[in-house]
Amino acid sequence: MRALVWHGKEDIRCDTVSDPALEHPRDAIIKVTSCAICGSDLHLFHNLVPAMLPGDIMGHESMGEVVEVGSAAKGKLKKGDRVVIPFTIQCGECDQCRRGNFSVCERTNRKKELGDKVFGHTTAGLFGYTHLTGGYPGGQAEYLRVPFADTTHVKVPDGVDDEKLLFLSDILPTGWQAAVQADIQPGDTVAIWGCGPVGQMAIRSAILLGAEQVIAIDHLPERLSMAEAAGAITIDFEQDSVVERLNELTGGKGPHKCIDAVGTESHVNFGQPDTVLDRAKQMLMAENDRPHVLREMIYVCRPAGVISIIGVYLGLVDKIPMGQAMNKGLTFRMAQAHVPRWTGDLLRRIEDGQIDPSFVITHKADLSQGPEMYAKFRDKADGCVKVMLQP
Amino acid sequence: MPATNLTRIARSKGDPRIERKGPSSLTDADRLARALGWLSIGLGMTELVAPGRIARTLGLHGKEGLIRGYGARELASAIPTLSVNKQVGLASRIAGDALDLATLAPALHHSNPKRHNAAIATALVAGITLLDIAAYAGVKAAHRREPGSDRDYSDRSGLPRGPQASRGLARKDFQIPPDYRAEGTVAAELPARAS
Repeated sequence: MRALVWHGKEDIRCDTVSDPALEHPRDAIIKVTSCAICGSDLHLFHNLVPAMLPGDIMGHESMGEVVEVGSAAKGKLKKGDRVVIPFTIQCGECDQCRRGNFSVCERTNRKKELGDKVFGHTTAGLFGYTHLTGGYPGGQAEYLRVPFADTTHVKVPDGVDDEKLLFLSDILPTGWQAAVQADIQPGDTVAIWGCGPVGQMAIRSAILLGAEQVIAIDHLPERLSMAEAAGAITIDFEQDSVVERLNELTGGKGPHKCIDAVGTESHVNFGQPDTVLDRAKQMLMAENDRPHVLREMIYVCRPAGVISIIGVYLGLVDKIPMGQAMNKGLTFRMAQAHVPRWTGDLLRRIEDGQIDPSFVITHKADLSQGPEMYAKFRDKADGCVKVMLQP
Repeated sequence: MPATNLTRIARSKGDPRIERKGPSSLTDADRLARALGWLSIGLGMTELVAPGRIARTLGLHGKEGLIRGYGARELASAIPTLSVNKQVGLASRIAGDALDLATLAPALHHSNPKRHNAAIATALVAGITLLDIAAYAGVKAAHRREPGSDRDYSDRSGLPRGPQASRGLARKDFQIPPDYRAEGTVAAELPARAS
């Protein structure tokens, strides 16, 4: 089969690889009909997580048709079922899964010892997302082996296009959780940093949850136009001071809720000198992340407000103003999305016509064009916001 | 043995194995930049470790400290050249090439008995400068946002009922789960204000 394989920094190739095989009775194999490149794939593309190995198959947003089912998964899945595969692999039985904390499932990271060492305690296995989370082959491929398949799938109906359903795998529930964990209440002003795919989903989620004013922050005109399309007020951080504009828009009090949909790779420019210093330290491996957005959120957030972090951070960050955060009484909520906790509800909203996630797709291509689409997405060339690939 | 074979030890039996490699996302300019970054490291280390030998070979007596400084400069430009911000590294390399050429120029004087060595070094630096310029231009062209390619997505609301009609729609049948509530409703718990 064909698959997008990581060979090193900025080196993704569409290789021919052997087909995956069932390894465990709870496994299933799906024939991938659609997959996508995620913003967090770019962190791996840039080799910011030192736990990728040449030969790793990329991808954690995929859907398709079940073609093979292990004996223990047969009660829940059968050949021909149409499924979306969450990026988190969950057992459904451990303490964390029973609480709905699926992205920190205790049993699905097959390299648990590594996860325990690095994170203190392991998190869930993830598809195509480094050996810290199991080193599972990803779904940017023609076929995908799904471990714990009886609990790691979302059955979806026929008659709804892949374009509308694919993002149940990650960015829709991720954006939704960003809004939910911010505890958005009617009347709130919600500021969202980053108008990439997850930021766009968070904007729509905040609207659906009743936020009175949603303010979206980015610098790319096409992404800002997409945010405005959903009713957000926009701030171009290369044109305006984010802090001044947010204070203007909130009567000087700051937003009630702040959502970080940027994470580790804040845009580097001399207008934000801390990003230049962070980038230099990152090159010297003296810091893992560029947490400019986090610093700005803490500074501008209304006292007693909520900071919701959904953009991915990787390791050690410097110069986080904990004094401001503590004295302002801010609440921090963060996690990789607990995908299956939200997918049933979100699927119903898609079917009900409340949200159509396909709006975010700007580029569609054959899987074989994946390597060039990675570069296009990274360079934000040709107005690229979201790439959907079809094997 | 290719690295992709070596890393098989980290995989399970059922994981796919590479049978044939496809074309890379790396452009020729990216590869050239990477090679120049490694060249910077090699040259930088040599200048740091053996500045006296280099000075003697080129007839640059008394410039050992300067050569050592240039070694540090080479290492400093190697870091961004090998990173994803290659343009920064390549620009600093081009500036460094100009410094190298300026430093070598006096050594070409006929009074320098090692002027032939200096001429060879100058030709090498000039060649590398051309490669640096080619890599810089190539990387810049390959990774730029083409002017005039801005897109307008203002018709992509993703909310089929429109933003205004969608506001609060989910609240009809969804409450923030208790474990995600951050705002308390403490007003009722406050002591009654003395009248």
